[in-house]
Amino acid sequence: MITGRFFASGADRRVLFTIAALLGVAALVPVLNLAVPPANMFHVPTYMVALVGKYLCYALLALALDLVWGYCGILSLGHGAFFALGGYAMGMYLMRQIGDRGVYGNPILPDFMVFLNWKELPWFWYGFDRFWFAALMVVLVPGALAFAFGWFAFRSRVTGVYLSIITQALTYALLLAFFRNDMGFGGNNGLTDFKDILGFSIQAGTTRSALFSASAVALAAAVYVTWRIVGSKFGKLMIAVRDAESRTRFLGWRPENIKLFAFTVSAVMAGIAGALYVPQVGIINPGEFDPSNSIEVVVWTAVGGRGTIVGPIVGALLVNTGKSYFTGALPDLWLFALGGLFVCVTLFMPKGVLGLWDQLRARFARNGGRTETPPQDAAQPVARSAAQTAVESRGLGAATPEPQPAE
Amino acid sequence: MGKKSGTILYLDGVSVSFDGFRAINNLSLVLDRGEMRAIIGPNGAGKTTMMDIVTGKTRPDEGEVFFDGSVDLTRHDEAEIATMGIGRKFQKPTVFEGHSVEDNLVLSLNGPRSIFPALFHRRSGAESRRVDEILAITRLEAKRNDMAASLSHGQKQWLEIGMLLAQDPKLLLVDEPVAGMTDAETVETARLLKDIARTHSVIVVEHDMHFVRELGVKVTCLHEGSVLSEGSLEHVSGDPRVIEVYLGR
Repeated sequence: MITGRFFASGADRRVLFTIAALLGVAALVPVLNLAVPPANMFHVPTYMVALVGKYLCYALLALALDLVWGYCGILSLGHGAFFALGGYAMGMYLMRQIGDRGVYGNPILPDFMVFLNWKELPWFWYGFDRFWFAALMVVLVPGALAFAFGWFAFRSRVTGVYLSIITQALTYALLLAFFRNDMGFGGNNGLTDFKDILGFSIQAGTTRSALFSASAVALAAAVYVTWRIVGSKFGKLMIAVRDAESRTRFLGWRPENIKLFAFTVSAVMAGIAGALYVPQVGIINPGEFDPSNSIEVVVWTAVGGRGTIVGPIVGALLVNTGKSYFTGALPDLWLFALGGLFVCVTLFMPKGVLGLWDQLRARFARNGGRTETPPQDAAQPVARSAAQTAVESRGLGAATPEPQPAE
Repeated sequence: MGKKSGTILYLDGVSVSFDGFRAINNLSLVLDRGEMRAIIGPNGAGKTTMMDIVTGKTRPDEGEVFFDGSVDLTRHDEAEIATMGIGRKFQKPTVFEGHSVEDNLVLSLNGPRSIFPALFHRRSGAESRRVDEILAITRLEAKRNDMAASLSHGQKQWLEIGMLLAQDPKLLLVDEPVAGMTDAETVETARLLKDIARTHSVIVVEHDMHFVRELGVKVTCLHEGSVLSEGSLEHVSGDPRVIEVYLGR
């Protein structure tokens, strides 16, 4: 019965289509890249696989942000931090996989430690030679940080723009910390020169294709998880907290716990995105903690349409495609274009590309003369007698309220 | 202790000040189980602050606040107090505008208030019946699937009262339920509240004297953070001090 209702709604059809498309791409692209000869028109070049694979990680990050921003009203300007932490956890595994093939040939210590004249591996590098441990840390470290941060921030009832500012401070603090050489994460240069992942050469076409597929499957899984969360009673509570936090509290719910759960789940998703990103780009450095990165994620999400599941994915793919084009053709203008885009989206498309698409479709459907209920706001007679107005329906369709600004 | 037994709400010598301003000044107020009380008073008399204290939003500087004869409310926060059985309607109708009328009630229904039950929640038959009941009481059946944002002002007030009922509280605090309503809607709301008062204790804060007359219950007039006069509406509205500070003339 419940699934029946899911399938009926257009938004849910869109989600299922997205999941199917991502799984399809995950299966198809490796074949088109590896099995189809380069001369064939269906061949997908390797650089394209790497590029789109990177975009899929960005899309996963945008979806993570949307879970807290679009649905729970928490405008995090520091989600890049969780992405980078996931990336560093993966980077540490990849560093340990280099073994004695580094420039200095030290079987245990990564090159930068030898260079810094360190004699032994710092304790927090232990275990990262095993993939399962690194994978666990990819999830655990961003999740634990988000939990600790959210525990204090939400319990102290820090909301709106103040919360946004401290998330920004969080990622900036991490940026400064990771820049330091004695932190033990490679300082300014970060971690790079990776050789193998799970025993496969990281440069090999097959590995690249596999990483691409893993990214697409991870994104599909995240879409599914987000969809189920948003569709549950808990999802309705997130929206309730977004729209009327004090009402939720006086009904006996604890908004801080609702936010904390959403924030932690979101950070874990961001960490996974970072872990998939690093082997595909071959480097992780403190630049990933740059606050402007986190702000860019907000732009992707806004452009695609926050408060929708498919929107942030569309936004991340669109904006990054634009970025790749712009930074090649008109490198000086990219930041202006990005800023202008954000202003325009905020002013003219509050629901992003997806909202605009729905609007156009609704208009087209009406002009086409198909029978579809006109959106709403039909002029309604002012209350005559309370008894009457209370009992009878006034033929007022469902008004879709605007997503609330995050203050 | 004897004084408190049989009371649903017991405030004694409560004071609170904000930046030196005494919003509540040695306030004492007792509400019996099953009683409905109307609270009137000029702006700034401390009516909303009193509700903030009872619901745990504001901690009093001194004084006793007891619920149900034995629970010290000053030791609990909003969510705990709400789950113990005090429901509050805000002055400005506050409903979840992005949800349907039905979902507003489902989120309010009495039940576990933690994360994981909410994640895996399936609505039971009993819950559905309760939602139907409340929709009928608040006369919102026809609006069941409409977004709360599309309701009229009066309907939002009713929905919010319905959400309180869904919580199944022992005590309802209702802040200005008829502000902005037409006369006819006001009469309806009075009827609705009188209905509710048969099975619940209720405190209604209201400026509209016609409405208070309609309720026909004991009245407390607050002024400058303490009780100025208390008794039947006739008694209170005949009190020269009340006439001077509140009713005018």
